[in-house]
Amino acid sequence: MSTLKAQIQNICPQAAFSHEDTDTLHAEVSPKELAGLFKHLKTDKTFLFDYMEDLIGMDFGEKLGVIYRFYSTENKQRIVLICQAESREKPELPSATPWWGIANFYEREVYDFFGIIFIGHPDMRRLFLRNDWVGYPLRKDYDASPEINPVRLDAEPMDDIAPSYSEKDGKIEEEDNLRFQKDEYVVNIGPQHPATHGVLHFQVSLEGETVKKVDVHCGYIHRGIEKMCESLTYPQTIGYTDRLDYLSAHQNRHALCACIEEAMGLEIPRRAQYIRALMDELSRIQSHLLMYACYCMDLGALTPFFYAFRDREKILNIFEDSGAGRLIQNYYVIGGVSRDLHPDFVKKTAEFIKYLPTVLPEYHKVFTGNVIFQQRSKGIGILTREQAISNGVTGPAARASGWACDLRKHQPYSVYNEVEFNEITRTGGDCFDRYMVRMDEIHESIAIIDQLLTKLPEGDYCAKTKPVIKLPEGRYFKSVETARGEFGVFIESRGEKYPWRLKFHPPCLPLVSVVDLLTRGGKIADLISIGASLDYVVPDIDR
Amino acid sequence: MEIKKPKIKGLPYNEFKDNEYIEELRRNGVGVIVGVLDELINWGRSNSVWPLTFATSCCGIEFMSIGAARYDFARFGFEVTRASPRQADVIMVAGTIVTKMAPVLLRLYEQMADPKYVVAVGNCAISGGPFTNSYHVVQGVDKILPVDVFIPGCPTRPEALLYGMMQLQRKIKLEHFFGEVNKKEPKSHQLPAIYPGEEPVFAEKYKQHPILANAAQNRPQADTKQAGTKAE
Amino acid sequence: MFDFSVVTSWIDQGLRSVMSPAAAITVECVLIGIVLLALYAIMALILILAERKVCAAFQCRLGPNRVGPWGCIQVVADMIKMLTKEIITIKHTDKFLYNLAPFIVIIASLLAFACIPWGNGLQALDFNVGIFFMIAASSMGIVGILLAGWSSNNKFSLIGAMRSGAQMISYELSIGLSLLTMVVLSGTMQISEIVEGQNELWFIFKGHIPALIAFVIYLIAGTAETNRGPFDLPEAESELTAGYHTEYSGMHFGFYYVAEFVNMFIVASIATTVFLGGWMPLHIPGLDGFNRIMDYIPSVIWFFGKSALMVFVIMWFKWTFPRLRIDQLLNLEWKYLLPLNLLNLLVMVAIVVLGWHF
Repeated sequence: MSTLKAQIQNICPQAAFSHEDTDTLHAEVSPKELAGLFKHLKTDKTFLFDYMEDLIGMDFGEKLGVIYRFYSTENKQRIVLICQAESREKPELPSATPWWGIANFYEREVYDFFGIIFIGHPDMRRLFLRNDWVGYPLRKDYDASPEINPVRLDAEPMDDIAPSYSEKDGKIEEEDNLRFQKDEYVVNIGPQHPATHGVLHFQVSLEGETVKKVDVHCGYIHRGIEKMCESLTYPQTIGYTDRLDYLSAHQNRHALCACIEEAMGLEIPRRAQYIRALMDELSRIQSHLLMYACYCMDLGALTPFFYAFRDREKILNIFEDSGAGRLIQNYYVIGGVSRDLHPDFVKKTAEFIKYLPTVLPEYHKVFTGNVIFQQRSKGIGILTREQAISNGVTGPAARASGWACDLRKHQPYSVYNEVEFNEITRTGGDCFDRYMVRMDEIHESIAIIDQLLTKLPEGDYCAKTKPVIKLPEGRYFKSVETARGEFGVFIESRGEKYPWRLKFHPPCLPLVSVVDLLTRGGKIADLISIGASLDYVVPDIDR
Repeated sequence: MEIKKPKIKGLPYNEFKDNEYIEELRRNGVGVIVGVLDELINWGRSNSVWPLTFATSCCGIEFMSIGAARYDFARFGFEVTRASPRQADVIMVAGTIVTKMAPVLLRLYEQMADPKYVVAVGNCAISGGPFTNSYHVVQGVDKILPVDVFIPGCPTRPEALLYGMMQLQRKIKLEHFFGEVNKKEPKSHQLPAIYPGEEPVFAEKYKQHPILANAAQNRPQADTKQAGTKAE
Repeated sequence: MFDFSVVTSWIDQGLRSVMSPAAAITVECVLIGIVLLALYAIMALILILAERKVCAAFQCRLGPNRVGPWGCIQVVADMIKMLTKEIITIKHTDKFLYNLAPFIVIIASLLAFACIPWGNGLQALDFNVGIFFMIAASSMGIVGILLAGWSSNNKFSLIGAMRSGAQMISYELSIGLSLLTMVVLSGTMQISEIVEGQNELWFIFKGHIPALIAFVIYLIAGTAETNRGPFDLPEAESELTAGYHTEYSGMHFGFYYVAEFVNMFIVASIATTVFLGGWMPLHIPGLDGFNRIMDYIPSVIWFFGKSALMVFVIMWFKWTFPRLRIDQLLNLEWKYLLPLNLLNLLVMVAIVVLGWHF
């Protein structure tokens, strides 16, 4: 900790430090020093911060800025950088794109929401909103009146030009880069397309059947959750987490509840912890089953889709008994869960985890062992470990590339340190490995559920909380392992009952950011296969 | 006068809600010969409602669920989900529609062949649902498209979806193929196809439509050379 | 075994007795045309329903069961809807070709359909290059698909059509060669003679190993020819939304939809005719009693039974396998099926010359 501080002070003499007593150092640096610091952070042996956990745009009140969270997979240390742009009218910050792949999308997001221009970013377009959107919605002084941004029903003007900014002799110059050449054969896959798993838009440049370039357009389901949360009380905000990645509804909610609880210093009853872990694992299984179903369907094998859905319904029944919903359960609350487990829960779950291993071999027989499937997934869309880390890919997709990043193992939360399970990793990094990691994780989840069921303690299911929850001033970050990767929640509290800024770190945005990388040179059919194996959920990308 | 009641196999007439609405549709009675033909055509149409594979968010998963083995909407003849809007009969707007998606949705609707139906699935599609206060969410798909059936829920349960589809069937069974205009949308709601070099006349076309008129006024003067990129 | 030519020649004589021979032939042609068209439509309806029921059974579902008893008139409802659905004319398309394309597809499949030997003496078109004509006619459909893709002014359609072109032309070779193998065995191209030749023993048994290989190749290539899964790349729903017929609506789309199913039946019936004895009952040399009992089952039932089995197998493919990728599809044909086929043809020639068949 102190060495880290000293080293950073060495590079940036003006840096201000805080949180020195915790295990994560916070350093505030000026934009001028930041560009130089990036290089050191990525390459210096003592730092090696190769994984950009998150890049959070912030309206600090007077100034706009960015909070970076870096993690070093080598040195297992973490640092938080805070940087405020100098002027509010023309905020400019250096870009981190040369060192971290995922910074590309994150910075575009910040530009979209806050209007901060990143110098050196190759493609400074809006990520979520329309090109002709007026204003930057997450700024505190944003005017949301519908007269300024009405619901436009004319097609979005889609230019082939991507602006970029570079610094020359102290002056900022704008350059226009052509995204697609004039004679390129560009096909729009999406927003309405059966294989994009929602409303995602790929602009695909084709050479015959071969994909030359993919440009991802997000935002067709951008619902502005983060902005809405800023005017809601903490218990109200947790409702939105379910609707981000609806297949990991429990886990997303877990992250936000845990973050608020940690900030409040609230102790959760043991039983609630167990219930949460149980539900998390069940929803992981149902999410992976859905991945199996969609992968099969996208590759044209329609029958296995129905098998997976048949078994998924059994989990939804279990959810329905204890919570209230099938898909979105609204089950966790701050302090625990909203009601106790259904009396049949243990019996039904035990039956289910006995049943599922008997049908999984059938799944593998009908699909995994198929020659056509193997040919279409093995060696397709290879993501190396370095690429995965640089692009912030987490979860099963990263573990298939050999990066052991399961938060349940490496940063145990809830009761995961009390159960035994294996972290599934593979080394190929192709579609087949991503698929197999998920299928194997189902077995691990079953093992976890089995252990939790036997240990399930009696007691309270929810801790008592005050009617009005106010978090003490500060910044809080909590992440959990969802079915798709690391889902993080960042809260900046200013001591009120509303969060000043609430940012969700979606696991699916990094997943979709590597689509271009993985598909280049492949066929259109590979694009579908890769998309299905990455298993992104679009509302989670767009928030 | 006795009103002929649309019959749906499996659920008696009295167990449906909103029967008054159905009776309202049939108030003026039907012709004798034409009525028989109408009934035949409506029978065909109502039993062969092919949905478009379109979903934006959570409700889409429940839409997949009713296609799956447990709920199996193939029983009713909704089986063939078409990915191309040209061949679909009903667009199930399953999920939130945001500002960026609105023109795409309208385009999709216009790409569908008549007769076409719109089902708003879930609270988001009905009113914006939990996201109604957002800066980027359309408050109800009925602001853009003529909706036939609203199915509430967040997300909608599969049973509710099936019930909603049966309501749609009942509605179709009371349509008039002959006599009445077979095209459902008034001309003024149709968005012209935007192709390179063609400047659409917005204000004229959308005079009556609340949102569209607004859009026409606020239309930016950006060049339309790329606007013709197809939505698909 | 009842010979249907008794019925047909009786109608022929009846007509000739009341009108001039030329007029009689004209009337007969019209009659046959009407019967074939009706049969075509009915076959399509039955096949679509069968497909839905079969896939429902595979997928632990019930399938259509609300419209009519067991959902048996579900397809009629679909047909009525399709007939009354709007046909969209699209701007910036080649209007003439765009409207022509579905008809080419349906005419091609109807032409091939006309050659099918339904039963003993029940065949509309029978001449000395029958099998050749049949595959030539059925492969005409590719023109319709290519035109559809090209004239739609849609990029997905174009990709779908190009895939279809590559696929059909490649697999046409396999179909031709595997059928040629059997023509070598039968010594004729006339469909009626091919069926007659299987009086003793069906060709798949008579030609043993090479016939079996030819049969498997034919089934693979035939499935590819009908653009059905796992070879449904031209329409590949999850890749190209609806492939070459993305822009078609109403009955224009209906034509493609119907033609796909009838083509499947045509492929199955060619397999039946050439490999499984057509309408010929199962005869085993030496077992006269057994053969005579088999003869009591009408020829039409034999034909439809065998064809239904083949149709079921093709459906089984579709609902089991994932889709191939375009390069794998072409690899399969040019690297494996084609050389194997050529070799197989040589083997068959040797067997026929040496008389090593049963």
